[in-house]
Amino acid sequence: MINVNYKLTVSSSPHAHAKESVKSIMRDVVIALIPAAVVSVAYFGMSAMWLIIASVAASVFFEYAYCRIMKKPVTIGDFSAVITGILIAFNVPAGMPIWMVIIGDFIAIIIVKEFFGGLGQNFVNPALAARIILMVSFPKEMTSYPLNNMAADAVTTATPLTLAGTAEAPSVLSLFAGYHTGCLGEICAAALVIGFIYLLIRKVLTPVIPACYLGTVALIMLIAGRGDFYGMLYQLLSGGLLLGALFMATDYVTSPVNFKGRIVYGVGCGLLTCLIRLFGSSAEGVSFSIIIMNILVPHIEKLTRSKVFGEVRS
Amino acid sequence: MKSKVEGVLLPLKKIRGGVEADHQKKAADVPMRRMPVPEFVRIPMQQSIGAPCEPVVKVGDYVYEGTKIGEGKGPVSAPVHSSVSGTVTEIGDVKLSNGNICTGITIKCDKKRAEDPDKRPPVINSTEDFLDAVRECGLVGLGGAGFPTHAKLRSALKSEPHVDTLIVNAAECEPYISVDCRECMEYPQNIYKGIKALLKWMDFKQVIIGVEDNKPKSFETLRKIAESDDDTDDRIRLMSLRSRYPQGAEKMMIWVTTGRVVPIGKLPSDVGCVVMNVETCSVIGRYLSSGRPMISRSLTVDGDAINGPFNVRVPIGTRIQDVIDACGGYSRPPKKIILGGPMMGPALVSTEAPICKQNNAIIVLGESGYEKNPEWACIHCGKCVSACPMHLVPLKLAEKAKIKDVAGLKDLQIMACMECGSCAFVCPSHRPLVQFIRMGKALVREEGKNDKC
Repeated sequence: MINVNYKLTVSSSPHAHAKESVKSIMRDVVIALIPAAVVSVAYFGMSAMWLIIASVAASVFFEYAYCRIMKKPVTIGDFSAVITGILIAFNVPAGMPIWMVIIGDFIAIIIVKEFFGGLGQNFVNPALAARIILMVSFPKEMTSYPLNNMAADAVTTATPLTLAGTAEAPSVLSLFAGYHTGCLGEICAAALVIGFIYLLIRKVLTPVIPACYLGTVALIMLIAGRGDFYGMLYQLLSGGLLLGALFMATDYVTSPVNFKGRIVYGVGCGLLTCLIRLFGSSAEGVSFSIIIMNILVPHIEKLTRSKVFGEVRS
Repeated sequence: MKSKVEGVLLPLKKIRGGVEADHQKKAADVPMRRMPVPEFVRIPMQQSIGAPCEPVVKVGDYVYEGTKIGEGKGPVSAPVHSSVSGTVTEIGDVKLSNGNICTGITIKCDKKRAEDPDKRPPVINSTEDFLDAVRECGLVGLGGAGFPTHAKLRSALKSEPHVDTLIVNAAECEPYISVDCRECMEYPQNIYKGIKALLKWMDFKQVIIGVEDNKPKSFETLRKIAESDDDTDDRIRLMSLRSRYPQGAEKMMIWVTTGRVVPIGKLPSDVGCVVMNVETCSVIGRYLSSGRPMISRSLTVDGDAINGPFNVRVPIGTRIQDVIDACGGYSRPPKKIILGGPMMGPALVSTEAPICKQNNAIIVLGESGYEKNPEWACIHCGKCVSACPMHLVPLKLAEKAKIKDVAGLKDLQIMACMECGSCAFVCPSHRPLVQFIRMGKALVREEGKNDKC
C-alpha cells in the first residue's frame, strides 16, 4: 500500500475524452487529398508535384515565421497550413510559375488566416481567397492550362467547362476519370470522391453540405437544361465544383456548425454557383459562391439556431 | 410499442446528440461487498439540498447503527442517522468533497455493529404515513442530485396536472459506475417492494423501469422477478433503452420513456412525471420491511490506479481515503481522483472528505488514465453542437462566457445546460467547454441577484 500524500490534478469534468483531436482531423483531411494529388502528378508530370511541394512548404513556412515574429505559440503542428498549401496548389493550373503560387500562400496564411487571429478565426476560406486574388492578379497564368498526359488525343487546352456544349467537350466518363485539363486538384472527380468517402468513414465530415450544394446545382442545371441529364452531370463533374463542394465548402472554420445552417449554406452555395455559371461572364463560379456564403455564415447560424430542448419561444 | 419479450417496453424516443462513451463497466460483474467498519466516521449534517440538520446528540453519547443524530427543519430536509455504533467524540466543522464546510458529527466506532434496539418497520396507513416514513428513513435522491425524496414526492402530490408516471431510473449511463446495476441484480425484491409502495400510496398510473441494454443481467433479473411475482402489477413495466450517454439525466429519461418534454426551468412533475433512482426505490423497500434507515451507500471503486474494480457498501461518513485503503490502496501513484463518474463527477482536492448519501463512485486514475491534452483553438467543427442533448450551441456559450456577454448567454439559453460534458468529451480542440459554461452560468446568476437588489 502506498501511503504518501500525492499531488492530485483538479480539473473540470468531464474527465473522459474522445480520441479525436484537431491534429487527427487535419491529418485525415491531408490523407483524403492524397488521391487527387497523386492523380494530378500522374496527369501533369513533375511540374504538378513541384507546385504542391512548394505551396505546402511556403504555407508552413509563412505560418511558422508569423508565429515566431509575433511571439505566439507555433501552431504548424496541427497540419492546417499543410491543407491550405495543398488546396492552393490544387486551385492553379500545372504550368503556373512557382513564385505566383507562393504569393497565393502568403495571402492565404498571413493575410486571411493569421491577421484575423489564426486557426479558427478566418472568416473566409484562405485557399479560396488566395485563388480569387491570384485570378484577378494573374489572369493569363491562371487560365493557361497545360496538356494532360493521359488525354493524348486532346488537342485543346481549354477546360471542360468552357467547352460545355461544344463538339470538343469531353465525355462525362472522361470527366470522372480526369482525362482533360484544368487546375491540379479539380480534374479527376473519382480521386476527389474517394478522398471524401474516406472523410465520411472517419466521421470527419458529414455529407450535409456537399449533398445540398451538389443537389441544388443538379436540380437547377436540370431545369435550366430542360431535363438534359447528361448536361447536368457534365456541369457537376466539370470545373472546380467537386473540389469546392467536397473540400472547400466543408471547411469547418467557414461553414455553419448546426445542421439546419449547413443546409441553408449548402443550398446557398449551389444557387450562387448556378447563377454565376448560367448568367455570369465567368464560366466558373465556385470560388465566389463559397466565399460569399462564408461571409454569411454568422447570420445563417443565428437565424437557424434550433430550439433548445424544452425551450418555449414566445 | 411492444417488443418481442412479453411485457417489455421499447423506448418511445431517442435522445438527440449525446456521446458514445467507453462504458468501462468492469465492476458490473463484481458482487457488492460490505466494507469493514472504519475506525471513525464523520457524518456531515448537510447531505441534501435544503436546510442543514441540527445535531440531536452530544459528545460522549453512545449511538447505535440507525440512531438519529441530526434532525432537519423545514419541508426540504432529511434527517441523518448514525451509520455505525460507537461514541460521539466530536461535533465540529467538516469539509465536504466540494470544499463547503458544514457541521459534522464524528463517531468513534466500537466495531460491534450494534443496531438500534428501538428499530422497527414503520406502520403505514395513509399517504401521509408513507411520506413521513420516507422522510424518517433519511432518504435523498441517490442518483446524484441529493434532493430529499419525501419533499419531491410531496410536491408531486400537489402538482397540477396530476403526476401519473413514475420513472425508475436504472439507466446508469456514466462510465465505470455499476452500483445501480448491482442493486438490480442483488436486491430486485427490495426494488419491487419500494416501487409497489410508491404505486400504492402515490396513485401513479404507470411505473416505467428504464434499464440500458449494456446491463443485460440487471434487466433479466428484474424481468424474472416481475414474472415470478404472484401479485404482479401490470402497471409496472420494464423498458430496455439503447445505451447512450447522457440518457440517465432526468429530462432525457422522461423524453425517452414517455416522449414528454420538460420545459426549461420547470420540474418533471409539471409534465406529470417523477423520476427516481433505482437504488432510492430499493432503500424505500428495505426501510419498509426492516426499518433500517439510509445509513450506508454503495460505491463503485475503480480506475487504473486501483487493483479493482470493487463494489463496496460503506457507512455514510467514511473518509474517502479509508474507502480507498479498504480496497487495497493505490496500485500506482494516483493523478486524479473523481467522486462519481468521469463525465460529471468532480475531481477531488483531497481524500479527507466523508462519503455522503448521494455519492456513487470513486474513480482513481493514474498516469495512463489521465492524459493532459493541450488546448487548441476552436476550429468551429460543430461536433459539440451535434453532441449536445439539450440542443445548445456550446462553442458560442464558451465564446460569450469568455467575453462576459450575459445578454448573449441568456439568449442562447445557457441555464438549460445540465453540464453533462458531452460537448467537452467530443471537442477535438480539447477545450474545457463545461468550465466555460459554468463560468457563464455564474455570470447569469450574479446578474439575476443584482437585478433583485
